[in-house]
Amino acid sequence: MYQYDSYDQAMVDARVAEFRDQVERRLAGDITEDQFKPLRLKNGLYLQLHAYMLRVAVPYGTLNSTQMRMLGDIADKYDRGYGHFTTRQNIQYNWIKLSDAPDILADLASVEMHAIQTSGNCIRNTTSDQFAGAAADELVDPRPYAELLRQWSTFHPEFDYLPRKFKIAMIGSETDRAAMKLHDIGIQLVRNDAGEIGCKFYVGGGMGRTPMIAPVIGDFVPPLQMISYLEACLRVYNRYGRRDNKYKARIKILVHEIGADEYRRQVEEEFAHILTLNLEPPPAELERIKGFFEQPGFEAGLSDDLDLSDPDFALWVDQNTHAHKQAGYTIVTISLKPAGGIPGDATADQIRLMADLAKEHSFDELRVTHAQNIVLPHVKKADLYALWQKLDEAGLATANLDLISDIIACPGLDYCALANARSIPVAQKISARFADLGRQRELGELKLKISGCINACGHHHAGHIGILGVDRKGVENYQLLLGGSEGADTSLASITGPGFSEDGIVDAVEKATDVYLAQRADGERFVDTFRRIGMAPFKEAIYAKEPVNG
Amino acid sequence: MVEQNLRFRSDEPVGDPAVTVDAFADQSNATAVRIEPGDDARALLPHLDRLALVEVNFPTYGDGRGYSAARILREHGYAGELRAVGDVLIDQLSHMRRCGFDSFAPDQPISAEAADKALATWPEVYQKTVDGRPAIWAKRHSA
Repeated sequence: MYQYDSYDQAMVDARVAEFRDQVERRLAGDITEDQFKPLRLKNGLYLQLHAYMLRVAVPYGTLNSTQMRMLGDIADKYDRGYGHFTTRQNIQYNWIKLSDAPDILADLASVEMHAIQTSGNCIRNTTSDQFAGAAADELVDPRPYAELLRQWSTFHPEFDYLPRKFKIAMIGSETDRAAMKLHDIGIQLVRNDAGEIGCKFYVGGGMGRTPMIAPVIGDFVPPLQMISYLEACLRVYNRYGRRDNKYKARIKILVHEIGADEYRRQVEEEFAHILTLNLEPPPAELERIKGFFEQPGFEAGLSDDLDLSDPDFALWVDQNTHAHKQAGYTIVTISLKPAGGIPGDATADQIRLMADLAKEHSFDELRVTHAQNIVLPHVKKADLYALWQKLDEAGLATANLDLISDIIACPGLDYCALANARSIPVAQKISARFADLGRQRELGELKLKISGCINACGHHHAGHIGILGVDRKGVENYQLLLGGSEGADTSLASITGPGFSEDGIVDAVEKATDVYLAQRADGERFVDTFRRIGMAPFKEAIYAKEPVNG
Repeated sequence: MVEQNLRFRSDEPVGDPAVTVDAFADQSNATAVRIEPGDDARALLPHLDRLALVEVNFPTYGDGRGYSAARILREHGYAGELRAVGDVLIDQLSHMRRCGFDSFAPDQPISAEAADKALATWPEVYQKTVDGRPAIWAKRHSA
């Protein structure tokens, strides 16, 4: 894992000092809330419905056990004993006192963490593949490039007041586990016929109220020109992105309105100029960073055999582990989606336990996933049963990864000042309705995503089943969407029709799954069946009138 | 004229009034121009040698187009005064300096002491821009 040197540390320390000064001025009444707002937003501090919310950056979703333990301690010390892992691989605390915020940032800085650029119209925390450095299908480890990108984007003076927020995802596998094409910029590390590595740039994707899948803008940018190409992409956006309407200000609208070809032409022109300025960190810097991401000391020649005689363990292994590049090791995903639970929430004790388990069993490493779960990337198979038992005791062994109860949900109207409807109770009711694991496994891979407003933080456009909460004349109402997906087969979900009440939407989801079970062909997932048979049969079942008097 | 001006240059300020980018194209003797957020700074590139002052207007602090305009001018060799005017707040000074501004005429006055403190916020910088400060990566690898 990357470790700060004195330069990196000086930057986060300077930020803590600056924010402490700003908070003191606010608490003393020297500045108004209006003046303070843009300053606190630069530090990830939002004023939500009930309290301040602090969003802490987890760069490319990677943590060590010391950092994870600190996240648990912060939950205890400054919040109500829990934290919420987010779809951007970050963690949020929902019950923060303003006067504590500088101390929290100082605690974070002591473990090389921060809340820099976790809000505001700037380049946000870069996300990545949660299996980076571990996945069997990995071509190039994306983390060194993501770290290079983190440093470049930190306090970038030209791009701190963009038209809108800006999210970058970076992957290095053929399998896209980071919803890359639904980001402002998605960078995929690829290899050409000559065996060289390059960056494939997808620009102009996004969710929100106008979801779009990013087109390819740069086919094969040399890694040692990645920063220059990013400068060009951002500069064209900063100058020409719309600022007249915040709902049309994301880069996806610019790329859509002028067209991918024209956007590419402008980027290429700017890129040619920027290359003359020598803005790119030298190869030695990328090599220095790569040194932090060397493979951990795996034992060679281990067996891949597992004793699966405990059926509950066998189910969990089948559902929640993935192939590792090293024989004898596996990738474990810890589900933060217990039956009836709040997606992405973890208690301070659970967070600290996961930190301990990472130290003991995963070379001190953890990852946060955009689906709001936690990954232990390097677990020896021989340790797996013992690990599972410890997780199970702590309520962390739910074997539902990628099943219908592995729900992505935004905080919704329970917390969020922007929301129109609550997301959490809907997630809990669906999770409870489908609590039976056998039934979930029968339904197979089914990604269900819930947003409490059209800003789409819960990724409903990309759900095999998506749910969108809206406000209908003062009453919470839920629209159902079907057929979305992220990754290699990225598609945008379509709305079924009129919305439902909170209980009605749970029934509608169940009816949709019934249609799938009745109609599926061999090997088809829910989304495959939907793509084959289309919306009509689902619509018919979902909106069928109940028979009157038999 | 400008009421308050933080200036980080030693030459004499230009007295000429700044004209619009459109007017500048028609006035071969103008030496000062004012860029609005929607203007393309690149239109000035053929005329950099006769320019002594470029004002970049920030009608609201959140409209960041002027940062790119400033950097583009500096990247192409403009050495005259580059002045940020309008809704320029203390919290933006440091980034503006990094993008090449060397003069500020904020709507709300900023004291020289406060400006100096704000400009000293960041001990290091991660990017190479046009202000001559070495990026952290350059310091790490200076032989």
